[in-house]
Amino acid sequence: MSTPALEVRELTYSYPDGRRALYGADFHIHPGERVALLGANGAGKTTLVLHLNGILRPSAGTVRVAGLEVNDDNLREIRRRVGLVFQDPDDQLFMPTVRRDVAFGPANFGVQGEDLDRRVREALDAVGMGDAIDRAPHHLSLGERRRVAVATVLAMEPEILVLDEPSSNLDPAGRRELARMLDTLDITTLLVTHDLSYARALCRRVMIMNRGTIVADGPTEEVLADHRLLTENRL
Amino acid sequence: MHIPDGFINGSTSLGAAVAAAGGIGAGLRQAGKRLADRHIPLAGLAAAFIFAAQMINFPVAVGTSGHLIGGGLAAVLLGPWLASVVMAVVVGVQALIFADGGVSALGLNIINMAIIAPWSAWLIYKGLRAFLPRTRRAAAVAAGIAAGISVEIAALGFVAEYAIGGTGGAPVSTVLIAMGGVHALIGIGEGLITGVIVATVLAARPDIVVGASDLLDTSGAQPRRIGRFVLAGVGAALVVAAFLSPFANSNPDGLERVAEDKGFIDTAQTSPIDGQSPFAGYGFGGDGAIATAVAGVLGVAVTFGIAYGVIRLSKRVKTPR
Amino acid sequence: MSGFHTHALYRHEHSVLHDLPSQVKIVALVLFVGAVVATPRETFWAFGVDGALLIGAMLLARIPLGFVARRLVFEIPFVLFAVLMPFIGTGERTPVLGVLLSVAGLWGAWTILVKGTLGLGASVLMAATTEVPDILEGLERLRLPKLITAIAGFMVRYIDVITGELRRMRVAMTARGYDPSWIGQAGPIATSAGSLFVRSYERGERVHRAMLSRGYTGAMPVFERATTSKRQWIVGMGVPAFAWLSTIVAWVIR
Repeated sequence: MSTPALEVRELTYSYPDGRRALYGADFHIHPGERVALLGANGAGKTTLVLHLNGILRPSAGTVRVAGLEVNDDNLREIRRRVGLVFQDPDDQLFMPTVRRDVAFGPANFGVQGEDLDRRVREALDAVGMGDAIDRAPHHLSLGERRRVAVATVLAMEPEILVLDEPSSNLDPAGRRELARMLDTLDITTLLVTHDLSYARALCRRVMIMNRGTIVADGPTEEVLADHRLLTENRL
Repeated sequence: MHIPDGFINGSTSLGAAVAAAGGIGAGLRQAGKRLADRHIPLAGLAAAFIFAAQMINFPVAVGTSGHLIGGGLAAVLLGPWLASVVMAVVVGVQALIFADGGVSALGLNIINMAIIAPWSAWLIYKGLRAFLPRTRRAAAVAAGIAAGISVEIAALGFVAEYAIGGTGGAPVSTVLIAMGGVHALIGIGEGLITGVIVATVLAARPDIVVGASDLLDTSGAQPRRIGRFVLAGVGAALVVAAFLSPFANSNPDGLERVAEDKGFIDTAQTSPIDGQSPFAGYGFGGDGAIATAVAGVLGVAVTFGIAYGVIRLSKRVKTPR
Repeated sequence: MSGFHTHALYRHEHSVLHDLPSQVKIVALVLFVGAVVATPRETFWAFGVDGALLIGAMLLARIPLGFVARRLVFEIPFVLFAVLMPFIGTGERTPVLGVLLSVAGLWGAWTILVKGTLGLGASVLMAATTEVPDILEGLERLRLPKLITAIAGFMVRYIDVITGELRRMRVAMTARGYDPSWIGQAGPIATSAGSLFVRSYERGERVHRAMLSRGYTGAMPVFERATTSKRQWIVGMGVPAFAWLSTIVAWVIR
C-alpha cells in the first residue's frame, strides 16, 4: 500500500474561546485521487483545512503529508508539499504583480534566477494565465484571480492541492473555466466545498463533514444519491 | 494638508527632510522591535485603510469640507511608532504615485502628518486615559479628543514651517488665523469620526487596538489618583493653548502697525534676503503670535510628556500585587 | 492643501522615458524638483528653461500636455492661496490694473504658482511613465528601508480593494437616505469605517496566513533584478542636469 498523499487521524481542535470545532476527523487520500470534502457552513471545513499545513495545531490527532508528520520541525517542508488555495484570492495575491505572487512561494524555498522564471511561467501556463504575468492582480477578474491563486501554489510543486470553495461567486462561465482547468491538472486534489454539482463534475470520491467529523466517505454517485444523508447534513 | 512644491523655501524643506528621515528612522527601529513579522501585512492594510479613510470628508463651513488626516486614528490603533511609519508610507505613496503633495515638501508633510499628528494624539490620548475611567467608551472618547487636537497641532506645525521658510508674502499671523481656524473646525470633525471609529473597532475586536491593550486585562486595576488634578489642569491648558492662543494673542495687526509707525517694517520689506532667507518670517511683526502659539503648544506637550512620565513612574512606585 | 487623488496616473506608451528604469526616474524627479525650488524667484528665464525641459520630456514621453494640465487644475486650494497672496500680503503696495496689491504677496504668488506647477508637472510625468509596481521596485533599489517598501507594497496592492469597499458602503448608505451635508451624519460613515478597519485588519491576518502557507518565514524573498546601465543613468540625468545648470547660473549672475 503506497503512502497516502494525505493522512488525517483523530484530528481534534477547540477554538481559544473553548468551542469545539473538530471532533476526531479521520480520512486519507491516495496519490492521484481527486476528492471532495462537502459540508455546510459551520461544519468545520476551513478549520480542518488550516490544520493541513500547520497554521492551526490540533489538541489531539495527527496530520501526515506524503508520510511527513505536521509538527514544528517539518513546517517548512510541509508548506511546500501542501498547496493551499484560500477562498478569497485577494488574500492570496498580495504582491504588486502576478509574476511576483507566483514567484513568492518558490523564492521562499530558495529557487532563483532561470529556475524561478521557468517555474513561474509553467505554473501560469498550467492554469491558462500565461499572458497575465506582468499585470497587477486587481486588474484581473475574479475567475482570473482564482486561477492565478492556483498557480501561486503550483509553482511550489506540491504533493497535494487543497482548494477552499473554489467556485464561490463565480459566474457560470467562470465556473466552467475553472473546472476545465482543474480537470487538466495532474495532481492529487482535495476540493473543499458545499457546491454539490462541482464535486460531482470533478471528483470520483466524496466525503461529508458535519459538526467537526467525517460522517460519510464514498464514491460520488453513491453519496450524492443519498438524499436523506444530504439533508441530514444540510447539503 | 499636503503641501505642494514652492510653498516653503528650499533650505527649510531640506532641513525638514533630514529631520523627517531621522524621526521615521527612529520609528522604524522602535516599530521593528515591537513587530512580529505578521504585522507587516497588517501595517500595509492599515496604510491602505488610512488612505481610504482620508477620502472621508465632512462639512466644516459653508461650501468647505475637510478631510480626515488619520494620524491620531493610526496612533490609537497601531501605537505611535508604527503609526508614524504607516503615515509616512501613506504620505510618501501619495507624493510619488498619486502626485499628491510636492516631492520637495515630503519632509514637511511627513513631519506634520506622520510625526506631529500621531505623536501629539498619542500623548494626549495617554494623558486623558490616565484619569478617565478604564472603559472602552472612555478610551474612544479620549481617542476622539486626542485626534481632534492633533489636527490643530499639525496645522500649527505647518504655520511654524511657514514662519521659518514660507514664500507666500502673507503675514504669518494671517496664515496662523486661517490655518488654525479652519483646522480647529476640521479637528472637531476628525475627533468625532475618530472616536466613533475607535468605539466601533473596540466593540468588534478590542484585541487589535494597541492603544487599548490595557483594557483586555480584566484584573480590575484601580483608577490612578496621582496626578489626576494635575492632568485636569493640563488638559484644560492644552485646549487653551491649541485652540485659543492663536486668537487670544495681543493684536498682531497692532504690532505690525507699531512696526510700520516706527519704520521697522519698511526696512524689513526691502531687505535683499526677503522671502529667501529661512528666517524671513522673524523679520515681520507678526512673529509674536507664532512664537506664543508654538511655545504654548510645545509647553503643553512637554507638560503632558512630563505628566505621562509621572504617571508611569508613580505606577512603579506602587506596591506590586 | 491637497486635492485628493485615488487614480494611478500611468499611461501606457512606448518611449525613452517609459523604458528608463524606475529608480533613475525617481532620482531625476527629486533632482529636478530640487533645482526648481532652489531657483531664485526673480530669474524668470531660469523657470522658462525648467518649463521647456519639462515640456520637452513630456513630448518625448508621448504624454499629452492636456493630460498633465487637467491634473494641475485639481490643485485648487494652493492656487487659491496663491491668488489671495497679493491681496493679503504685507508691506509695500503697488497698483496693478487699478488695484493696490502687495509686492511681497505678488512675489509670493508667483513663487508658489511657478514652483508648485513645475513640481507637480514633474511628479505627474514620473507617475505617468512608470507603473506602480515599478515605482515600488525603484524605491527598493534605492535602498529604502525594507520595512517601508514592504508596507508600501501591501498598501498599494490593497488600496483599490479597500477604497472599493468604502465606496460601496457609501453607495449603500446613500440609497438609504444618507446625506453627507450635515456633520451629524458623519456617525454612520464613521461606524462603517470602523467595520472597514476591522475587516481590513482581518484580511491582513488572512494575508499573513497565505504568506505562511507559501513558506514565508519573516523575510520577504529577494527577487533578482536586471542591472541598470551607465547609459541609462546618463540619459535619465539629462533633464535634471540642465535644470541645475540653469539654477546655478541664476544664482551666480543675479
